[in-house]
Amino acid sequence: MSAGHHQLYRAGDTPVHRLPPQCKLAAVAVFALVVVATPREWFAAFGAYALLLAGVAVTARVPAGSVLRRMVIEIPFVLFALAIPFIGTGERVQVAGLSLSLPGLWAAWNILAKATLGVVASILLAATTEPRMLLLGARRLRLPPMLVQIAMFMLRYMDVILEEMRRMRVARESRGFTARDARHIPVVARSAGALFIRSYERGERVHLAMLSRGYTGSMPVIQDLTPSAGQWLLAGTLPGAALALLLGTWGLRAMWGMS
Amino acid sequence: MTASLEVDRLAYAYPDGTQALFGVDLRIERGERVALLGPNGAGKTTLVMHLNGILTAGHGTVTVAGLPVSKDSLKEIRRRVGLVFQDPDDQLFMPTVRDDVAFGPANLGLRGEELQQRVKDALTRVGMLEAIDRPPHHLSFGQRRRVAVATVLAMEPEILVLDEPSSNLDPASRRELAEILRSLDVTVLMVTHDLPYALELCERSLILSGGVIAADGPTRTILSDAALLAGHRLELPYGFTVP
Repeated sequence: MSAGHHQLYRAGDTPVHRLPPQCKLAAVAVFALVVVATPREWFAAFGAYALLLAGVAVTARVPAGSVLRRMVIEIPFVLFALAIPFIGTGERVQVAGLSLSLPGLWAAWNILAKATLGVVASILLAATTEPRMLLLGARRLRLPPMLVQIAMFMLRYMDVILEEMRRMRVARESRGFTARDARHIPVVARSAGALFIRSYERGERVHLAMLSRGYTGSMPVIQDLTPSAGQWLLAGTLPGAALALLLGTWGLRAMWGMS
Repeated sequence: MTASLEVDRLAYAYPDGTQALFGVDLRIERGERVALLGPNGAGKTTLVMHLNGILTAGHGTVTVAGLPVSKDSLKEIRRRVGLVFQDPDDQLFMPTVRDDVAFGPANLGLRGEELQQRVKDALTRVGMLEAIDRPPHHLSFGQRRRVAVATVLAMEPEILVLDEPSSNLDPASRRELAEILRSLDVTVLMVTHDLPYALELCERSLILSGGVIAADGPTRTILSDAALLAGHRLELPYGFTVP
């Protein structure tokens, strides 16, 4: 049995790990909003945001290498961003013999800087919060309970269903079948259908088991996660500092008459 | 004294018209351990589903410690009847063992320290306390079945109903589960076709066959009656004789 999809979490006992999940979720969401609201020309502000995140990573003892490895998820966005200066229109500039669009360069920088900060913040959240705690936090933040329950069951049954899938593959291969080209798609598709039916039936049995233990449509509160004011304050450090930076920069620029 | 479980002329037909139960009568006293034996398709699972009101009787009644199963009594009935399903992966649906064992009592309204204590007690009774913070899918099959028993023990049931408790267990897990079940001070109805397991754990056995109770008596007597067993598609394993 694998635990492959839980790899984002790094167990630890730091102040960041100990914060209730809903505080961390809210902090990351507000931080992302502040980052997105920052005008793209304010390079120093983005640098300061990055330093704030580095501070969180150090406090949470999440090594830079592990953050970098997980950032591969951003690659599709990076590729998209890199393409914009080439396909963009408007004023052109010459960089190392290439003709690039100036608005395109700005757009690429905007996407890269903001996406990277958002991704790093999410990676730190996932590295310091168990998946199930994230879901408890989401529930406490009043996300739609049905969605949270679905995500919870996905987390629990992922391994069970993958194992079932593996057994079906072994059964196919034991009878001399290996999927090699497009002609084999119907066979694999039928297996997928069978897997769906099996999972659906398991869902029904799980529902019976839940009813048998008094389920009435909503998950009972098992762990009380009410955060203290201090914990909210601590979690607020990151978005609070970012917001102060944003407003401060804005104020200074207004004073000096810059746009 | 009120019986733990009383089933009176229970009949049931599935919505498609298939009649599964044709008038089942049985009575289990408090503290008894009873085996419900029967071949596949005898209606065992259908009967079990009636005991906590998942299916509602077409005719007849089910009474648990004096309380009849009805729409209004479902919540209390489901506390009183602890159903342990055959596949522990169906029963253990929460992310950790702790959350899973807490699910039932939390639905009953327990919170905080009282709830945590209930969880620890139930896990201690099945010898699984050290697994409290592990995810169920990291446990062995035998351990998962023991946790499944704990999930219903945490609701302090009047009667524990186990569906094929020995299925898929290796010999050591099978014996460990038997020791745990013997140590519990609770009424047990065990649905099985593992006849030696019934003999080991239950003084009394019922045979459900063709939707009615075909035999009711001491397990030893029933298992010694080769003709009776053969008449209901039940057989002792090769080389096994009732000692």
